Amino acid sequence: MRRLFSLALLCSLAGAAPAVAQTDLSGWWARQSQNDNGYASEPVDLIGIPVNADGRAKALSYNIASLSATERQCQMYPPWYILYGPFPLQIIAEQDPVTQKLMAYRITGWGDRGEQMVWMDGRPRPSPNAPHTHGGFSTGTWEGTSLKVVTTHFKMGDMKRHRAFSSDRATMTYTLTRHDDIITVTGILDDPVYLAEPFVLTEIFQRSNDTNGFPLTPCEPIEELPMLHENPALVPHYLPGKNPFINEMTQKRGIPLEAVLGGPETIYPEYRKKLKDTYKAPAKCVDSCGGPPAPRGGGPGQGGQGAAPPAGRGGPPPAGRGAPPPQ
Amino acid sequence: MRARTLFAIALVAAVVPLQAQRAGGPPAGPPRTVAPIDLTGYWVSIVSMDWRWRMVTPAKGDYAGVPMNAASKTVADAWDPAKDEAAGEQCKSYGAPAIMSVPGRLHITWQDDSTLKIETDAGQQTRLLQFGPVPPVKPPRSWQGMSAAQWQMSAPGLPLMLRPQERAADVPPPAAVRGGTLKVTTTNLRDGYLRKNGVPYSAEAVLTEYYDLTKQGNDTLLTVTTIVDDPTYLRTRRLIAYPFKKEANGDKWDPTPCSARW
Repeated sequence: MRRLFSLALLCSLAGAAPAVAQTDLSGWWARQSQNDNGYASEPVDLIGIPVNADGRAKALSYNIASLSATERQCQMYPPWYILYGPFPLQIIAEQDPVTQKLMAYRITGWGDRGEQMVWMDGRPRPSPNAPHTHGGFSTGTWEGTSLKVVTTHFKMGDMKRHRAFSSDRATMTYTLTRHDDIITVTGILDDPVYLAEPFVLTEIFQRSNDTNGFPLTPCEPIEELPMLHENPALVPHYLPGKNPFINEMTQKRGIPLEAVLGGPETIYPEYRKKLKDTYKAPAKCVDSCGGPPAPRGGGPGQGGQGAAPPAGRGGPPPAGRGAPPPQ
Repeated sequence: MRARTLFAIALVAAVVPLQAQRAGGPPAGPPRTVAPIDLTGYWVSIVSMDWRWRMVTPAKGDYAGVPMNAASKTVADAWDPAKDEAAGEQCKSYGAPAIMSVPGRLHITWQDDSTLKIETDAGQQTRLLQFGPVPPVKPPRSWQGMSAAQWQMSAPGLPLMLRPQERAADVPPPAAVRGGTLKVTTTNLRDGYLRKNGVPYSAEAVLTEYYDLTKQGNDTLLTVTTIVDDPTYLRTRRLIAYPFKKEANGDKWDPTPCSARW
């Protein structure tokens, strides 16, 4: 009799496993990066970002040398980095040690990006005046099959790699939805300071058994440029109208400057009509063109391997981009 | 005898509730009636990603982001929009594996109780997402192919260890299913382009899509996750998710024919 009940229980557990697998986000997930979220070849590139006038001015004043200032070295790694960074995801369910109930999902750090705790226990959000951190404060709720995460209290940071910036008043909302062996992340960044409307990005992560790709080295500022060390008041920047790279995207890719400078009207289909008469496609792609891998032992590679474009993915900036501002 | 009866009862009692927890188990009833999410209405593309490959026709040879193989590159390098126009194939970049990337609007309606219809203004395409059994006879291959749809419901009965604190063991899961996903599998395609500049997919490609909704303030976003599996031209699966925003009405609906060049 007892054996029969044990058998029934075994059957039920076997049947239960897929249910858990459908909803559990825990584990290792490899980023697919088949979009241009991490693209950062041209210094001025606000394409697809609904910046407002202030956000555009902020972006155009940016000189990459400013990242060498110790107080700015970690600004590239806000929680929004999950949408455009190069790293995989490790998600861990944190349980209450006594009740075993879910307290939080921990999205572990990677590289210079800190870990993120997504609190599931209903704890209140801190006061608006509470200190802001690089990781911010996140709470999560289940909405249907998706985990919805709302993050506030994070510092100013990149909205896309070196391309535009969110303020410390921004709110990031993202959903993680599991579909069989992938997770789709839909991110919505809302910033009353630098955005005219929310900025939406998506990314896909695929279930992975590779647990070796999770190095965590917290972002630690160091002295990089002697001129900044000697003159701490100096902030590398470009004055209004003086950014020397403003036409680079137009020259290389034929995209009109108006589109390069972003804005909400540029991200909807109607804008294509405006572009039709002004866009001149280059005869041939010459930079960051992707393509299949070069045959073994063959000639030079084709560049990207199907993943995101190689330029700007952690490599050094092109010559001249990190140069100090004119004195 | 008594033992067998008890075993049967125990087995049914144990398995039935757990079956109800499975994501993917659609409840009984017409698909239109049991829909866990409402996808109907007008949706506009938010082109905040891949702008340079979607809002404009990219330069010949711009293949970044696509996990193409050598055969694919050979085909793409020979891209000639004039040839496509001459062959009457201006819609090659508007097939189901690519249509969600085309900037435009979707109009989603129920054609009948078990068929969702998606119309696009860009390229004036129509997709029919068929719930239930697949027709025994395949129609001729087409740009939009044959799409089999199924609802995937949320799983309200999470194990105790994965429940948030506010849901204790003695609190039953929600009575009504909240939320869910539409999964669509499309086959029987004509060969076409993943990108306007001639990056190909073959007629043997299989497209899998997931449709998910997100509420954000007064806005409703639709994310369409697309997976293209094509061993002929892709080294790995093509995985991209496209966001759309719901619009109040069809005032901005702008039917535009397919174009091989723009």
